[in-house]
Amino acid sequence: MPVTPEANSELRRIARQLRLTVIDVMAWSGGAHVGGSLSCMDLLTALYFKYLKIDPERPDWEERDRFILSKGHAAAGYIPVLSERGYFPHALLKTFNHFGSPFAMHPDSNKVVGCDVSAGSLGHGLPIAFGMGLGFRYQGRDNKVVCLLGDGESCEGSVWEAAMAISHYKLTNVIPIVDRNGLMIDGTTEQVMALEPFADKWRAFGFDPIEIDGHDFFQIGEALDRAWAAKDRPVVIIAHTVKGKGVDFMENQIPYHYAAGDSVLCARAKASIENAYKEVD
Amino acid sequence: MAESAVTGTNWTCYDSSTMTSREIYGRTLAELAKADPRIVALTADLEKSTALNKFGEVFPERIFNVGIAEQDLFGAAAGMAKTGLIPFASTFAIFACLRAGEQIRTDIAYQNLPVKIIATHGGMSFGHAGTTHHCTEDFAVMRAIANMTVICPADGVETSRAIRACVDVPGPVYMRIGRGFEPPCYESEDYDFQIGKAVTMRPGKDMTIIACGIGVLQSLNAARTLAEEGIDVRVVNMHTLKPLDREAVLAAAAETGHILTVEEHNVIGGLGDAVASVLAEEGAVCRFHKHGVKDIFAEIGYAEDLYAYYGLDANGIADEARRMMGIDTPEDDNWEDE
Repeated sequence: MPVTPEANSELRRIARQLRLTVIDVMAWSGGAHVGGSLSCMDLLTALYFKYLKIDPERPDWEERDRFILSKGHAAAGYIPVLSERGYFPHALLKTFNHFGSPFAMHPDSNKVVGCDVSAGSLGHGLPIAFGMGLGFRYQGRDNKVVCLLGDGESCEGSVWEAAMAISHYKLTNVIPIVDRNGLMIDGTTEQVMALEPFADKWRAFGFDPIEIDGHDFFQIGEALDRAWAAKDRPVVIIAHTVKGKGVDFMENQIPYHYAAGDSVLCARAKASIENAYKEVD
Repeated sequence: MAESAVTGTNWTCYDSSTMTSREIYGRTLAELAKADPRIVALTADLEKSTALNKFGEVFPERIFNVGIAEQDLFGAAAGMAKTGLIPFASTFAIFACLRAGEQIRTDIAYQNLPVKIIATHGGMSFGHAGTTHHCTEDFAVMRAIANMTVICPADGVETSRAIRACVDVPGPVYMRIGRGFEPPCYESEDYDFQIGKAVTMRPGKDMTIIACGIGVLQSLNAARTLAEEGIDVRVVNMHTLKPLDREAVLAAAAETGHILTVEEHNVIGGLGDAVASVLAEEGAVCRFHKHGVKDIFAEIGYAEDLYAYYGLDANGIADEARRMMGIDTPEDDNWEDE
């Protein structure tokens, strides 16, 4: 179902709140992968507040769609989404990274209610998504499996092992989304290990690539609608995003891949987010 | 083909003199799968080599080949388990435990998923393939992974028992089997097999050999020779390396005073070390020696030649046993058995 202007405003309001929470988590946790959490926030918001068939009241509901945060370091973005969606109380986020907390730098399905798969070691998510897709199809179930990858993560060979297999088995129930923010720790993806022509790589592996602006809910919605409806060829969504999106001084800045924030920095960051969303109120 | 009829999960063993343990694995799995729709099989272009084709002949829609991609194999097995299935994932032992070691640790073991890793061509069983295809490290790696059960059956008969038993283990299992041409050790399936419970293959009071895998049959043969020399050897089949049967170890120490461990694995981190830990922790006093591959990469050769060279055949094991007992190996002019 396409994103209406009303839905767009609502999703933007949610995304603003979530971006503010990421800044809180950065403070509470003592440091977070803030850049990559902000770059995928609009994708996560669209999935969890519109597209995924889920029920926070029944986190183990068999009919639910599955989501794998293969770029597990974006837990500082993902965990607040689960909280906002109602899987656990917001106050629990204050424990992030601390002894005994369910929340760490990478999400843990043994500990986090609503988290389907533990992730953090890059290149693991898509093979698991492939197995889930295969398992659902074998059982005649129509659950979707959405897997969010980082673009830098795409250097891992296992991503392509799984891509080959998803396409070989024509698993249109598996939907990979790549957060193409263009930055890795040591530089741009093209400096460190060139990915381009990235869409052609996926095309060569048998996918139907859809390239979008990963911060535009209308485009995100259109791409997800196409992915949900795919019949013969699996869709991959390459979402062009901005690392650090929403905080002007973090945008496209490698030092904010992982950063700690004191109260001054967090206040500046929040002011910047409020400013970026002036139109939604 | 000498093969007994089977029905459901209640069946007698295939004639292991005419079938390899790998074939028994494939067929056993097919029998189990008839009763349990959760069972599926995965392989990485080794459907024939791991004998999963025997399963595939019966259930072509329940076997999935992922191509030569072991990381994907075990990641996918984790994903399938997450949808409620019990995947049996097979490849050569070395590719399972090291190539895909992190997928096994993080995707399968950490999430405590019921994936059954059936690792074929373990130890030096594929000796002539060269060192790339040997695997004398897997016990060490797999024992150190939390939630993992580690099994090394003595032969094809025990493989079938273990395959059936591991379905009921709620978490992951790593099972190492050989290339399948090992001579059988058991005559029938009519014995008490329980995961985590050692089998006393032969009573004895002078010393105990604790072995697993191919070491069990060879230790039994060694014990027979030693009996003729007046040494009464107990042979314990420690088919489960984790959880280890501590009682059996402590009984051996208390009752026989000498323990020799035999394994087709580096002497670091395997069965010997598992047994040694129990002895040390419990303060059990006995003579103790670890026999296995002595922290080297093995030479090239057919398995039986390598077993002889590294003393993992009956003669080699008997020599180790005599050395432990302070007895010289008798002169032997008969080269027929060498």
